[in-house]
Amino acid sequence: MTLDELRELAETEREKQTQVKHEIHVCTAAACLSQRSDQVKASLEAEIKAHGKEDCCKVKGVGCMGLCAAGPLVSDESNGRLYQNVRPADENTDTKEIVASLESEPVERLSLSPELPFFKEQKKIVLENSGKIDPERIEDYICAGGYEALLTALTEMRPLEVIEQITKSGLRGRGGAGYPTGLKWSTVAKASPHNGAKYVICNGDEGDPGAFMDRSVLESDPQRVLEGMAIAAYAVGANRGFIYVRAEYPLAIKRLKIAIKQAETMGLLGANIADTTFSFKIELRLGAGAFVCGEETALIASVEGKRGNPRPRPPYPAQEGLWNAPTLINNVETFANVAPIIRNGGAWYAAIGTEKSKGTKVFALAGRVANTGLIEIPMGMPLRHVIYQLGGGIPDNRRFKAAQTGGPSGGCIPEEYLDMPVDYESLASVGSIMGSGGLIVMDETSCMPDVAKYFMDFCCTESCGKCIPCRVGTVHMHNLLSRITAGEATPEDLALLERLCDVVRNTSLCGLGQSAPNPVATTLKYFRKEYIDHIHHKRCTAGVCEGLARPGKDDKPKGKPAEVTA
Amino acid sequence: MKPNTAQITTLKIDGHDCGARSDETILDVAQENNIFIPTLCHIDGLQDIGACRLCLVEIKGSNKLLPACVTRVQEGMEVTTNSPRLQHYRKAILEMLFSERNHICSVCVSNGHCELQWLAEQLGLTHISVPYLHPKLEVDASNRRFVADHNRCILCTRCVRVCDEIEGAHTWDLYGRGVDTRVVSDLKQPWGESESCTGCGKCVHVCPTGALVEKGRSAGEMTKRGQFLPYLTLMREERQ
Ligand SMILES: Cc1cc2nc3c(=O)[nH]c(=O)nc-3n(C[C@H](O)[C@H](O)[C@H](O)COP(=O)(O)O)c2cc1C
Ligand code: SF4
Ligand code: SF4
Ligand code: SF4
Ligand code: FES
Ligand code: FES
Repeated sequence: MTLDELRELAETEREKQTQVKHEIHVCTAAACLSQRSDQVKASLEAEIKAHGKEDCCKVKGVGCMGLCAAGPLVSDESNGRLYQNVRPADENTDTKEIVASLESEPVERLSLSPELPFFKEQKKIVLENSGKIDPERIEDYICAGGYEALLTALTEMRPLEVIEQITKSGLRGRGGAGYPTGLKWSTVAKASPHNGAKYVICNGDEGDPGAFMDRSVLESDPQRVLEGMAIAAYAVGANRGFIYVRAEYPLAIKRLKIAIKQAETMGLLGANIADTTFSFKIELRLGAGAFVCGEETALIASVEGKRGNPRPRPPYPAQEGLWNAPTLINNVETFANVAPIIRNGGAWYAAIGTEKSKGTKVFALAGRVANTGLIEIPMGMPLRHVIYQLGGGIPDNRRFKAAQTGGPSGGCIPEEYLDMPVDYESLASVGSIMGSGGLIVMDETSCMPDVAKYFMDFCCTESCGKCIPCRVGTVHMHNLLSRITAGEATPEDLALLERLCDVVRNTSLCGLGQSAPNPVATTLKYFRKEYIDHIHHKRCTAGVCEGLARPGKDDKPKGKPAEVTA
Repeated sequence: MKPNTAQITTLKIDGHDCGARSDETILDVAQENNIFIPTLCHIDGLQDIGACRLCLVEIKGSNKLLPACVTRVQEGMEVTTNSPRLQHYRKAILEMLFSERNHICSVCVSNGHCELQWLAEQLGLTHISVPYLHPKLEVDASNRRFVADHNRCILCTRCVRVCDEIEGAHTWDLYGRGVDTRVVSDLKQPWGESESCTGCGKCVHVCPTGALVEKGRSAGEMTKRGQFLPYLTLMREERQ
């Protein structure tokens, strides 16, 4: 397919779509599907048929609309109506009412205002098609401007020019470490092929507990990731790519398979794309679901069919990666940013965000906020704004206690930094990280030593076991945290815990061990009093730790019967 | 022999000027110059994996500690192999190893001939400050000539590598993860029933501890002969 043919196809598709008066979108991404949104879609279709409105109304299954907690979500594109918690016909009359009211007043009971800050304050680049296109139809993606960037790059830009735009954009890796993407690409481009080969890998492992950004992108807009990979492959000189997705993401896998097939059929992937000399083939690799397999060297071992253990770097994958060949490995969201950058130019992207953190970042907003779900915000938005405007604040009039970013590799940010901008540098300056985009809000009902214990439990069961400090050190740290939350720890235990934080961080082989102490270290730094309370006063202020006294409620040391005073 | 395309570089290790080939590791060069760096997962003749972290060294200009066994030398590098900071971490790592499984040396066949024990002596480790985890692990005595006692295994994977890289049998591999990782023969079969094991005993002799031993030895009797490896590797390379 040539660029002209692509544009023609987009035009035809656009005409077809404008003929439909009401295009009703139903979210068919994982969270809404789990609430039977497929049934909602079927009910809506049946209802439209019953009313004989098939020629002016069409129902479309789309990707995630973001406010997953209120799902299933349904929208009417013609008039911007948005409905939440829509139930299928066998449960109640939601779908009947929606169809009946197409030309009249919206169904009040189900309405959700698209004017909410949750929607208004976002800036969607990565998610621009999410909730708009049918992820299982490549025509929908093409209609939204898809593959223009790839074909433009192939026919009008040299590989170096592509890299130049990515570098100019200031895009940094969204997988956690924030390494400059352009720099990585140019390193791989400069490396000489090994046995004639270079590879591109898309890291879709997403092992962080609570994170679902990458899954959502793959489920909602898989073609965009393929397009990003193809552009990258052209830029660095690779002809083969792999997408590593964990097997727990069946919907993402299904849609990727469909997407790859459709792109191949249209000649947008495979041999001689757009009649050029460039060929690129993408294969899927399923991971068994180990956090450590997201670490790039472990992931490469896993793709090679070996045990997913990390190895020391250098050499970096850019020099010696998959089957010893130079390998470009980027995160799903990183690749999803590529097409719009090529389409609009690096300078356009660089104008968004902060000085050192450009563009937008997708977050999985979870925990104690009114609106949980998926958001995409420009870098630099203050944390307070994210939590209180987009997130809608903390329910039940409770007090904010901490925001956890970066999952098990990240840390807890206390109230005093709420006005901090969300960018790589600021998060790092308070001991946390951007990570892949998990953002968990905690209120006074969270016990910080208990939170630290949770993450440490995760790290010690997910450690690959190769290097001693991580294999054994995380277990000791978890045991110490268990003692603390059980009210059995001594001040010496606390000292040992701090010493282990330092040893594990500084001597572990890979990022898992090196960052595993972060949740402990940040809670120790900002919420030390809670540790002291647990150790010296056998007291858990949050009332989480079983068997420990809660001040104001049962202010009695452990072991004695609790006396309720308030 | 490998084609000799490597360049010559000079670096400083503990203040000594050292000459090196650019394809050598810091550990190689330190050993050539009689500078001691503690190691456990490294053994001459096998590929290095950088797992035990005992050989960590400091490089001037970087706050990150790097494993000497897998870090290539670079022109002008300044390496410190023995600072109070390094000693502190090495002891902490050894402590963790001793806490992980059962290491009551007095009843161990390798007592007096054990690299872990020897390192603890060298580094002046007199007691450990982390609690013992002491899981109860199996002892596999199903092999006619050898015993695998998982209570003494430190997961250095020397056995796995020698069997794969030198003997070519790949009898040993790893099973499980984290602190539950075990060395297993074939697909977790008893060693005595392993179809792939040739009975060569190489794994036994590269094992740094009392985890793989010959049968019929009593406490303190088992000595290892791991020195054959570099010779074997050299012979192979010359044949190719
Ligand atoms: C323990 C561990 C887990 C990781 N998991 C992921 C993951 O799930 N997805 C991901 O993209 N990167 C993950 N990373 C980061 C990758 O190693 C790598 O830096 C990233 O894929 C590079 O892509 P980027 O430059 O686009 O961020 C992980 C790193 C570590 C240490
Ligand atoms: S730090 Fe943990 S996960 Fe990484 S290599 Fe060491 S044991 Fe494995
Ligand atoms: S293996 Fe070594 S350290 Fe362990 S008990 Fe035996 S002699 Fe002691
Ligand atoms: S059995 Fe011996 S050689 Fe094998 S991993 Fe355990 S300690 Fe190392
Ligand atoms: S999954 Fe439906 S809105 Fe996110
Ligand atoms: S000898 Fe270098 S890490 Fe074990």
